[in-house]
Amino acid sequence: MSWTYQKIGHMFRNVSSVSRSTPVAAPRRPQAPSTAALPRRLYRSSVGKKAVMAVTGGILVLFLVGHMLGNLKVFLGRADFDHYAHWLRTIGEPALPHRVFLTIMEAVLTVAVILHMWSAVSLARRARQARPVRYAVRPKAQEHRYATHVMRYGGIIILLFVIWHLLDLTFGVVNPKSGGAEPYDKVVADFDPSRWYITVFYVIAVVMVGLHLKHGLWSAFQTLGWGRQRRYRGLHLFADVVAALLVIGFVAVPVMVTIGVVK
Amino acid sequence: MKLTLKIWRQRNAADKGRMASYELDDVSPDMSFLEMLDVLNERLIIEGDDPVAFDHDCREGICGMCSLVIDGTAHGPQRATTTCQLHMRHFKDGDVITIEPWRASAFPVIKDLVVDRSAFDRIIQAGGYVSAPTGSAPEAASIPIPQADAHDAFDAATCIGCGACVAACPNASAMLFTAAKITHLGLMPQGQPERYGRVTAMVDQMDAEGFGGCTNTGECTSVCPKGIPLETISRLNADLLKATAKG
Ligand code: HEM
Ligand code: SF4
Ligand code: FES
Repeated sequence: MSWTYQKIGHMFRNVSSVSRSTPVAAPRRPQAPSTAALPRRLYRSSVGKKAVMAVTGGILVLFLVGHMLGNLKVFLGRADFDHYAHWLRTIGEPALPHRVFLTIMEAVLTVAVILHMWSAVSLARRARQARPVRYAVRPKAQEHRYATHVMRYGGIIILLFVIWHLLDLTFGVVNPKSGGAEPYDKVVADFDPSRWYITVFYVIAVVMVGLHLKHGLWSAFQTLGWGRQRRYRGLHLFADVVAALLVIGFVAVPVMVTIGVVK
Repeated sequence: MKLTLKIWRQRNAADKGRMASYELDDVSPDMSFLEMLDVLNERLIIEGDDPVAFDHDCREGICGMCSLVIDGTAHGPQRATTTCQLHMRHFKDGDVITIEPWRASAFPVIKDLVVDRSAFDRIIQAGGYVSAPTGSAPEAASIPIPQADAHDAFDAATCIGCGACVAACPNASAMLFTAAKITHLGLMPQGQPERYGRVTAMVDQMDAEGFGGCTNTGECTSVCPKGIPLETISRLNADLLKATAKG
């Protein structure tokens, strides 16, 4: 295909009452096929960054589903729950050394979180620069989707929560029990009725995750190119159901400990 | 009807600009919004003031020249309607109406309510065309196109390039506009040879112009006077990711 014709450039707008002060730049030639490595090509465009966010977000969602199912083992009793926690460290043995699988998982999740946030921050900065002067009348949201409007600030709350959560139940730094205590004991001590405010904090954070996913899951399909008018209802329903199930599943454990059902 | 208009006044691109207030006493509900502004401007001219500059051309909803963010909504309160087709019967006696230009760094204000939308022209120039030599029109049925594709392509082709999508987007993203053209040409057999080069070039240009990225809020579609659907954006995403994977 020859590119000569594109020099013509298609002006499609009438220039009326006011003459334009900015000259129209010479038409750009479409890029020669880029030889840059795939990650760099992806990261060059706003759309590529969004795709990175969708894929890493998807990895995190899969993790959350597994994590939630694991948490629910608390209801099967101390032995089941602690056994499950130990099993996580022995996956793949004897082919894999002790804790190798878990370490790989942790590394993947860490990289996913970093890439996800990196894209989010970079796109948020681009958006801020794209509208330097704000509207005097706050634009009315035509689409009344609360979840959509709390993605960025909600994301920051989720991040703070994740840090607290790791210090709490993974490392035991802010847990009444030490890091080396049995998982079941740590959970029960953490959400003791006297520490109801910790439970409230967890519930708020998990609801934020739910809101994040209500928009995020649907958005990820749209970002990866599967969004079509005829699928939107189904995709929204899917996102809402997954988000709701995750919220219920995650909230169940701390709440049940605090009201004394799990001791 | 009596109205109070709060209008953004800005002498030129360098001016800082400010909101100015005007009272209009005798507005007919049958006037279009732009006719209402014409009446104001006639008065300003008689009083020796500078008339309010605003963009317009066809005044029948097809050219894409008119703009205006009216009370926080691009093209005003009526859905799927350009400002020029909006009528004063949608307002009440005594209303205070705030009128602002499109706000985006890629659309700098030229004067008052007029912004420079040539960034859109450059996005189109980057790839929004098919490089077909235009001889005489070919035999109509010589290139079969599935009915559904023809419909979707036609829907996308109705974009008039007004820029309301950018104005309404919380990220000032130009995705709906760009995606409308990608969808229009990408669904047509004639658009296939340049399909992947086109999407890369147009998205590059869109980013270079300083528009924000899309976060799928859907604000664009709901203000779009032509109802360009959100799925065009997903089609663009699919094409861009394929193009990126191909290198
Ligand atoms: C449990 C952890 C998290 C999960 C499971 C998750 C999941 C997701 C998913 C699936 C998306 C959709 C991607 C797309 O729109 O294509 C998304 C978007 C996003 N995430 Fe997260 N995320 C998490 C943590 C965070 C954190 C810590 C931040 C903080 C910076 C954040 C900020 C964002 C932003 C700004 C978006 C884009 C919003 C939009 O499209 O409007 N996320 N997330
Ligand atoms: S997509 Fe709609 S709102 Fe955006 S420029 Fe085209 S017609 Fe205007
Ligand atoms: S003036 Fe032509 S579309 Fe409004």
